[in-house]
Amino acid sequence: MIIDARGRACPEPVLMTKKALEKNPEGIEVLVDNVTARENIKRFAGNLEFQVVVEEQDEDYLLRLTK
Amino acid sequence: MKAKTLVIIAGAIVGISALILTFFGNPANMGFCIACFIRDTAGGLKLHSAGVVQYVRPEIIGLVLGAFIVAMAGKEFSPRAGSAPASRFVLGFFMMIGALMFLGCPLRMMLRISGGDLNAIVGLVGFIAGILIGIVFLNKGFSLKRAYKVSKADGYIFPGIQVVMLILLVGTPALLVFSTEGPGSMHAPVALALVGGLVVGAAAQKSRFCTAGGIRDAFLLKDFTLLIGFITVIVVVLIGNLALDSFNLGFEGQPIAHSDGLWNFLGMALVGFAAVLLGGCPLRQLILSGEGNIDSVITVVGMFIGAAVAHNFGLASSGQGPTFNGQIAVVIGFVVVAAIGLMNLQGRSVKGDA
Repeated sequence: MIIDARGRACPEPVLMTKKALEKNPEGIEVLVDNVTARENIKRFAGNLEFQVVVEEQDEDYLLRLTK
Repeated sequence: MKAKTLVIIAGAIVGISALILTFFGNPANMGFCIACFIRDTAGGLKLHSAGVVQYVRPEIIGLVLGAFIVAMAGKEFSPRAGSAPASRFVLGFFMMIGALMFLGCPLRMMLRISGGDLNAIVGLVGFIAGILIGIVFLNKGFSLKRAYKVSKADGYIFPGIQVVMLILLVGTPALLVFSTEGPGSMHAPVALALVGGLVVGAAAQKSRFCTAGGIRDAFLLKDFTLLIGFITVIVVVLIGNLALDSFNLGFEGQPIAHSDGLWNFLGMALVGFAAVLLGGCPLRQLILSGEGNIDSVITVVGMFIGAAVAHNFGLASSGQGPTFNGQIAVVIGFVVVAAIGLMNLQGRSVKGDA
């Protein structure tokens, strides 16, 4: 599942990630378009012990969160 | 760990800069105050005519330009707009109304706490209460929807305006108004204030320092990163004030403050509520406006207009306490901010509703 959190103001990308992870505890992908959201989600997912792989896509970042 | 280190360094930079600026002439417990400085700048531009609070504050210019320069250097300058700009204008407006009821933005509230002003503790309790109300809205699906990329040129406008302000301040001060008494007349030298703003703007951009975000994240996400920055500022300035013998514990006779507990509480509660719906405190809005966030530019403009209206219509408090008009404005503020909150509740679509 891909969450599109581009253009969202703080803390929405993290809240969208949180909600999606509750439904998909094995992992999700999140698309963001700024460094703040990228870092916030990495930190949030890291605290929940998810692995996070970041892939740059043009001006966006695709974050793959897996257990 | 890296984020925490950055935010501790940023907190220390904010605290030390505030101490230096106060030492060199800024009003007491007002090394930085985003609300007061925007209000002073509005006065300096004759948007209001409250004689004691008119001065184009170089700190504001520096904060925006510092964030702009660092964002450019870090390839984070990314102009975007379109996330409910009119709602953000109104939220910025009432965030200012709340701050001028209390007599300070959240950053000055922290500096007041560090100076021993116990009224600011009451303000902090209100601020936390407002943030908790905002969190209820966030949990119910509040969203101002997404922003979209706009041209780079649009992002240059607000930093450009700051350059113009600096040119006016240094080159043609006769066009501006300068307080000859009161808080507006008390200020550090222009160059020092500008550098202080630049340094703090840069540090705040890098660290995402936000006074409301710290408390919000702690409750909402159990993430204490930003809160550590908040505490760092208070501790650094407290130590500085004790060392400089400018710590004065009590409720009465505090500089540029009043001791009406109820309205200190409500003023800051309104600020906290609006700040959570906006996604950041007044300082954070300024920093984002330097990064090209046009929605934050609109928020800052709302704060400017809020400040001008507050002084034109007698809404701002003074050392004597709140005004009746100000109390009505704060109550209206709660109603309007709550209405914006309610009208923007939506199911938080996990697919992202564009």
